[in-house]
Amino acid sequence: MKEYELTCIQCPIGCALTVKVDKDSVTVSGNSCPRGVKYGIKEVTEPSRTVTSTVAVEGGTIPRLSIKTRSDIPKDMIFSVMEQIKKTKAAAPVKTGDVIIKNVCDTGVDVIATKSIEKR
Amino acid sequence: MTYHDLVIIGGGPAGLAAAVSAHEAGIDDVLILERDERLGGILNQCIHNGFGLHTFREELTGPEYAERYIEKVLDCKIPYKLKSIVADISENREILYVNSDEGAVTVKAGAIILAMGCRERPRGALGLPGYRPAGIFTAGTAQRLMNIEGFSVGKKVFILGSGDIGLIMARRMTLEGAKVICVAELMPYSGGLNRNIVQCLNDYNIPLKLSHTVTKIHGKERVTGITISEVDANRRPIPGTEEYFDCDTLLLSCGLLPENELSKSAGVTLDRVTGGPVVDDKLQTDIEGVFACGNVLHVHDLVDYVSEEAERAGRQASEFIKSGNSENKEYIKLSAGTGVRYTVPQMIDVKNMSGSVTVRFRVSDVFRDKAVSVYYDDKRVICRKKRILAPGEMEQIEIKKDSFDSKVPENIKICVEEQI
Repeated sequence: MKEYELTCIQCPIGCALTVKVDKDSVTVSGNSCPRGVKYGIKEVTEPSRTVTSTVAVEGGTIPRLSIKTRSDIPKDMIFSVMEQIKKTKAAAPVKTGDVIIKNVCDTGVDVIATKSIEKR
Repeated sequence: MTYHDLVIIGGGPAGLAAAVSAHEAGIDDVLILERDERLGGILNQCIHNGFGLHTFREELTGPEYAERYIEKVLDCKIPYKLKSIVADISENREILYVNSDEGAVTVKAGAIILAMGCRERPRGALGLPGYRPAGIFTAGTAQRLMNIEGFSVGKKVFILGSGDIGLIMARRMTLEGAKVICVAELMPYSGGLNRNIVQCLNDYNIPLKLSHTVTKIHGKERVTGITISEVDANRRPIPGTEEYFDCDTLLLSCGLLPENELSKSAGVTLDRVTGGPVVDDKLQTDIEGVFACGNVLHVHDLVDYVSEEAERAGRQASEFIKSGNSENKEYIKLSAGTGVRYTVPQMIDVKNMSGSVTVRFRVSDVFRDKAVSVYYDDKRVICRKKRILAPGEMEQIEIKKDSFDSKVPENIKICVEEQI
């Protein structure tokens, strides 16, 4: 059996979780809501994060467009996704929610705009 | 002089939420004054996620959270002025603002909501020895340069202070290809949220050195390195513990200060601990008709709480505009007892309070397995067990009107004590 001491990052409370991994079961304690159980299990089996960054935007009222992965992606893919993001340019006008990179690095997750930028 | 029922100083999260709630409470003549080129305030540069879990039940980035409120303001057709900086507020609620279209303009307000936010503690206020080379930024300045203006800030970065913006910037700069060497924190605990230590430092193996501070900045034209030292219990550097790090950039994340120059010019009394106005349960300052909310009142960790507080300020200001203050008030003082640094509000008008008042406070140290207690004079009326309490996490407690059975106490005290 393996035991992990984690801090839940699902919300700012940051519960101290204890995750016990047995042959065929994972149990979580220390959580104060069901999200903690979900996070605890995921963090020791397939950890993932949402990536946020910016891309250059041409012809807009400001030079950078903020973006995010629509949902979380595997943690070990963060830097590959960042490489793709750095190569990407958007063009104004952009609306919040517009897809900027489809299916980034074959994660099945799109990178979307988190800001609306008008044409200059 | 033009008149508006309500003038809101600042178009960030607090100002926007206050404007919408005042509009919903039936006040149509509202004006928001914002000094930046767009509404949304600091949220525009906070591109990371984690905003809105309480308000919208989903995890948004800063710009997305701001947009939700900006759209409400636009839907309600609430007037606002951008690139307009308020230069003065007088005691009789006259506001002098300046912009390049109108010049200097004075408006009279039926009520004012102060929502100017806060600013970062700069290098000059920290007393860090060394030259003044390029490459020293407050974390928020670096954040703006990177996320809004698209500049690269540095390649090899040291961060002093473990406030949330410093932690967020440690991750941000790492993702952009910079090497973040270390985060040093003067206090024996981090001032940031736990989750940010996990997902911004631990995820990227960035060390956090508690009880350490920068004791020398090297470099004349550009930062070339820094020396840090361990500090003792009195936060004095311990000789012999110096350690040198090569770096080209030093970010400072050493606390936020409510921005209250305007409040002072209006004659508002400030709280020495929060740096913000002293307010009652209606979030009204000691100048009649002047209300405060958000980070100008006290620094929050969550924008969700800012919005909620600002909505209350908007409702209370609307009440004031419609019917003025009650002639018949009875204040009781809220005091911060052992282990508590401050409370907001600082007093409750028991005669006119609503059914329940949310009191927010911060503890002065990290406490484990203690209890938060509320005393009405000498009588303990609330005792809530807490597994962990930390200065970086704001706490709150509800004071209910019907809890004052027959006798109204003279003083309400909130403190941290042993569990029983």
